[in-house]
This record gives sequence, structure tokens and C-alpha cells, in this order.
Amino acid sequence: MLEIKNLHAKIGDNEILRGLNLELKAGEVEVLMGPNGSGKSTLANVLAGHEAYDVTGQVLFEGEDLLAMSPEDRAAVGVFLAFQHPVEIPGVGNLYFMRTALNSLRRQRGLDEIDAMDFLEIAKEKMALVEMDQSFMSRSVNEGFSGGEKKRNEILQMAILEPRLAILDETDSGLDIDALRIVASGVNALRSPDRAMLIITHHQRLLDYVVPDRVHVMAEGRIVRSGDKELARALEEHGYVGLDEASPEAQVATAARP
Amino acid sequence: MTGSSSDVAELASREYQYGFVTDLDTDVVPPGLSEDVITLISTKKNEPEWLLEWRLRSYRYWLTLTEPTWQNVRYGPIDYQDISYYAAPKPKAALASLDEVDPELRAMFDKLGISLAEQERLGGVAVDAIVDSVSVATTFKEKLAEAGVIFCSFSEAVQNHPDLVRKHLGSVVPYRDNFFATLNSAVFTDGSFCYIPKGVRCPMELSTYFRINAADTGQFERTLIVAEEGSYVSYLEGCTAPMRDKNQLHAAVVELVALEGAQIKYSTVQNWYPGDKDGLGGVYNFVTKRGRCAADAKISWTQVETGSAITWKYPGVILQGDNSIGEFYSVALTANRQQADTGTKMIHIGKNTHSTIVSKAISAGHGQNTYRGLVKVLRSAEGARNHTQCDSLLLGSDTGAHTFPYIEVKNSTGEVEHEASTSKIGEDQLFYCRQRGISEEDAVSMIVNGFCREVFKELPMEFAVEAQKLLSVSLEGSVG
Repeated sequence: MLEIKNLHAKIGDNEILRGLNLELKAGEVEVLMGPNGSGKSTLANVLAGHEAYDVTGQVLFEGEDLLAMSPEDRAAVGVFLAFQHPVEIPGVGNLYFMRTALNSLRRQRGLDEIDAMDFLEIAKEKMALVEMDQSFMSRSVNEGFSGGEKKRNEILQMAILEPRLAILDETDSGLDIDALRIVASGVNALRSPDRAMLIITHHQRLLDYVVPDRVHVMAEGRIVRSGDKELARALEEHGYVGLDEASPEAQVATAARP
Repeated sequence: MTGSSSDVAELASREYQYGFVTDLDTDVVPPGLSEDVITLISTKKNEPEWLLEWRLRSYRYWLTLTEPTWQNVRYGPIDYQDISYYAAPKPKAALASLDEVDPELRAMFDKLGISLAEQERLGGVAVDAIVDSVSVATTFKEKLAEAGVIFCSFSEAVQNHPDLVRKHLGSVVPYRDNFFATLNSAVFTDGSFCYIPKGVRCPMELSTYFRINAADTGQFERTLIVAEEGSYVSYLEGCTAPMRDKNQLHAAVVELVALEGAQIKYSTVQNWYPGDKDGLGGVYNFVTKRGRCAADAKISWTQVETGSAITWKYPGVILQGDNSIGEFYSVALTANRQQADTGTKMIHIGKNTHSTIVSKAISAGHGQNTYRGLVKVLRSAEGARNHTQCDSLLLGSDTGAHTFPYIEVKNSTGEVEHEASTSKIGEDQLFYCRQRGISEEDAVSMIVNGFCREVFKELPMEFAVEAQKLLSVSLEGSVG
């Protein structure tokens, strides 16, 4: 579904992604781990079309050139990013926002728009999935939400927008155990044979709830190691430095980081 | 409100053709201002002696004034002798069909979702009066008459209710108030008059739509609203459709009188022609608006200002009676070369008087937006409270937002709070919306409307919906 070849990204002179290669298949849930500053969030932003980066290399989504598309076009073909830090949009109702988003996507796909009443039904059903109270829908987008509520709101949007490729950028960070369980069950409910998920995380504990098909380790803007879920467990035990098969430069760089 | 918007349009067009204007001469007084011209205006309007004297007093005082320059706006000199101060509202040269209307104007109508019938009226197309609209007018007038509400043009009020006009005219905005108000007092030609009797809740929202020629009352408009004890009225001024006018200078005066326990809610949507992309040809909107509250009365101003090349207005409230309340909710958008210097004045005189100010300024293109607000708590105003919130949103890097709060507190029990914020429309907000599939333009309009929600919720329902659309249309092309 997604093929990333020799992807480079930089802001100014600061090169963050340095020839990254990765392939995601439909139906798979893959986990991306790696030390702070290794480029995980940059990868997520670049895939979603953030314009702050100079990007070279190739990213094919279902054979189409993803890098040539605007962020909204990428959304239309089915790319979704659950943000690490979801922004607040004061005065814009959460329910209204999600309906606008869904209808924008439907319009771009040549489908009829969904009216407010029907949308409310869809939203209610999906809210149950992330155990979100209806009062959240009348509040402004993310405004005054706790950290955990913001993350659940991202999963809710994913459930409503039903993307082909979902990238979750540290959606599990800062969650208490109950919120983590809710987020994980949302992710599991959305596993599907024609959907790929890339979960960026720092913690093995999410993997107690979500069993990944593969685990990748990133360092210095590249994937340095890939394996099954046991790799995540090994990382938890030994840390990134303890990865004996990691590339020497990655190890050095990681150790040198304050 | 009664009737659909097309009924309203038909009504308006019918009255335009057959209204009071037809019995006036269609001649235009040559440009220039003098006592003769003022006397001529007064004579043509068949005004009583006292009103002519009032006009002349205003004129003589105006001659001693100089045009103010303290505003944070820039414009070339105005030649007051080059303005024609009296043009009988003659029917416009009617166009045969909508096809003859300026295509740019039509495109704007379509975007705003204005009905075809209304487009015809606004575009100046001759429309045959339709029998049905007569009943709308009749129902409307009957309903108001039943409640004892007077709602008519200012000229009619001078003829039919001279005592009421005489008692209240200039009682809130005296003719010596300021350069433009003084000029207006000397030369005003028409406007609206509204009177709500004691204890009456006006049975409908009064809209200038319903009053004939509201759009054509000219550059020196005069509005007077009197709410007797314990009465209530909601008044809507303006129109979301773009208003073109050959007159560049508009200097209106609005006076609101809220007697004991009365409430006046005054909502404005102003969309005068802002000029072209370089700001040429736009309307200068220099308006004086003020209300006076007796004890327990409340006056609420809500304004959405998106038009005019230059906007200069400070709708204020004199909180004279104890426990009276003043509110000001404002959205001002400046795009292209538009300039706005707007805000409010809250004068606390009575005890336990409260005022709330919420100002939202949006600047796009080369727009310059200034909030200027005065909160004055006099010695007598024991326990006065004010809360001011001024937020500015910048779209693009060539815009400007300025805030000039003036606070004078002479009573130590007063509490005055001022909050201000300036933000650029967030790249991260835009990216978030776009990642969800919402186009950049829709995202900007959504974020801006969200920014203004506190003000829009003060508008009557249908006005609020129109105002949101208007804002989106006004922002088109201002991003990127």
C-alpha cells in the first residue's frame, strides 16, 4: 500500500530524514520506535504533507506519487494522521468540524454529503468506541480537552473518517492506563484487511494491548532495524543503545545525545 | 420575522416604486453647503420651524469645527463644498433584466445565496409589484399598530409625531457632539424612527428591510429609537448584500433612548462597497452611534463590519441610570486596503452599572484594524463593572492590528478588566484542518468564524447565518 524509497527531509540545513526506506502492506499494523530526535514525527508530518520540509525521494501510495499531493488530497486518498499535539480551534464545534471533514472527503471522492442528523448517528456510534461523552461534540475542537481527551478525539476522528492508511504519532504518550486501554481498543476495532496502520510510540506498554505485525526501529533519519513484536520487548529491556545489531553510527549518535 | 426573503424583496421593490419619494421633486441641489441649502432641504421636507433652527444651529457650529485627524486611518481631503446635500431619492435608471447587472456584483449575490428576486431589487432591476407582497406589508403594519409600535421613516415621523421627535432628537448625540455628527445634524435627509410604548415587547424584529428606501436614505442618515419604560425592541440595520453607492462620504447618526427597565438590541451588518483592490472608490463610513440607559435599562450593540474603505464608529452607551447595562459585540474585518478604527464608549454614571465589550478584529491583505475603546467610570458610579475583551486575528504579513484602550476610573469601587490578544491564524491549525481533508480556504473561513462565534451568537438567528457566509465570502482569495 505504501512504499517509501530513499526519503530525505530537511528544514533549512538540518537534515532529519536521511534516506529512509519502508513498506507498509494493507491489513498490517506496524510499529515505529526510536530515540527522541530520530525523525519519527518528521516522517509522520512528511507523509501527511506538512509544508515546512524540503523533501526528496519517493513515496508511493497505492502506486500514486504521494509527495506531489496537497495535504487535503492526501486525506482524500485515505491518509490520516493522528497528531501528537492536536491543535485547539476555538469557537469551532467538534461535531461540526468532523462532519465538515467527512463531507469534504466524500465530496472529493464523488460521494453525497451526509446531513447533520445522519452524521449525529454515525458520531454517536463511534463515540461509544472511544468511550467519549456526547458533551465533547458540542465543545470547540480540542479546546480545554485534557491530554487524554485530545488523543481519544483523534482516534474518534480516525473512526469516523475511516482512512486507508492511519499514522498514529505517539497517540499513547501521556495517557493513564484507562485511556491507553481505550485508545488501544479503538485501534484494534479499526484493524481491517484493507487498512494499514503505522503506530509511532516510545512505549512497549501499548503493545500489551495492540499486537503489531512488525516493529521498526528508527535512528538518525533511517530505519535501522525491523523485526516482530519481540524486538519491541528487547528494546524495552536494553534500550536503543543495547541494540547490538544496530548500525554503528546510529549507536554512536544515540549515545552522544544528551 | 414574517415572510420569506423573496417576499421582503418584492415588498421593498414595490414600495420603492410607489413610496413617499415619488411626490418629491427629483431635482438635485447643486453641490455646496450654505444656510440656503439647509433651508431648502428643510422646506422641501416641509419641516417645522424648530427643526430648521436646529439644523442651522448645527451648521453654524460646524463652521467653527475642523475635521478630526486623531483616527488611525488615512484618506485624502474631503471637499465639503463638492457634495450635493440634497438629491430627492429619484428612481434609479432601471435595468431591463439581471443580465445587465455588473457580473461581479452578481457573482457576489450568488455566493451569498441571495434570492433572484432580491438580486433584482439590489441590482436595480425594475420589478413589477406583486399583489401578494401587499398582504405582507399590511400584516406587518397591522401587527405593529396593534402593539402601538411606531416604525417609519424619519421624515414621516417629523410630520406625524413631531413632539416625540422634538423631545428626543439630539438628546443622546447633541448637535455639538463631533464634526461628523454636527454635519449630519445640519443636513440629514432621512432615516428611521422607532417608538416602543411603555411595557410593550415589540412583536417582531424591526428590520430596515421592511422600511421603504432604507438603502437609499443617502449619505446623511438619522436614526432615532425610543423605548419607553419596560419595553423591548430588537432592531436590525443593514444588509449582507454588497451595497454600492456613488456617495463616498457617509456620516450617519443613531440615537437610542432606553427608558427605565427598557431593552434595546441593535444589530448591524455593514457591507458597503470597500473599493477595489487598491482601495479606490470605497465608502467612508463615519458614524456616530450612541444610546442612553435610564435605571435598569439595557442597550446592546452588535455589529459585523466587513465593508467600507474606511470605517470610523464607536457605538457607545451612557449608563446614566442605576443598574443599567451596556454591551458591545463587534466583528470588524478589513481586507485589501480597508481601514477600520472602531470600538465603543461605555460611560458609567449610575450605581452598579455594568458593561461588556467583546471586540474581534480580523485583518487580511493590507487591511488595518484598530480597536479604540473608552471605559469611563464617573465618581457617582459606585460599584461599576466593565469587562473588555479585544482579540485580533491576522491573516498574512502585510496586515495590521492596533488596540487603543482608554480607561478612566474616578470611583475606587469600580472594577475594570481588559483582556487583549493578537494571533496569527495558526499554520498548525490550517494543517490540522487540511489533513482532515478540508481545503485551505474552507479551513480559514471555519477558523475565522470560530474566532467570531462569541459575537455571532448575539445576532438574531438568520442574521448570524448570513453574517457567517458574508465573512467567508469577504475572505475569499485573502489567503495563500
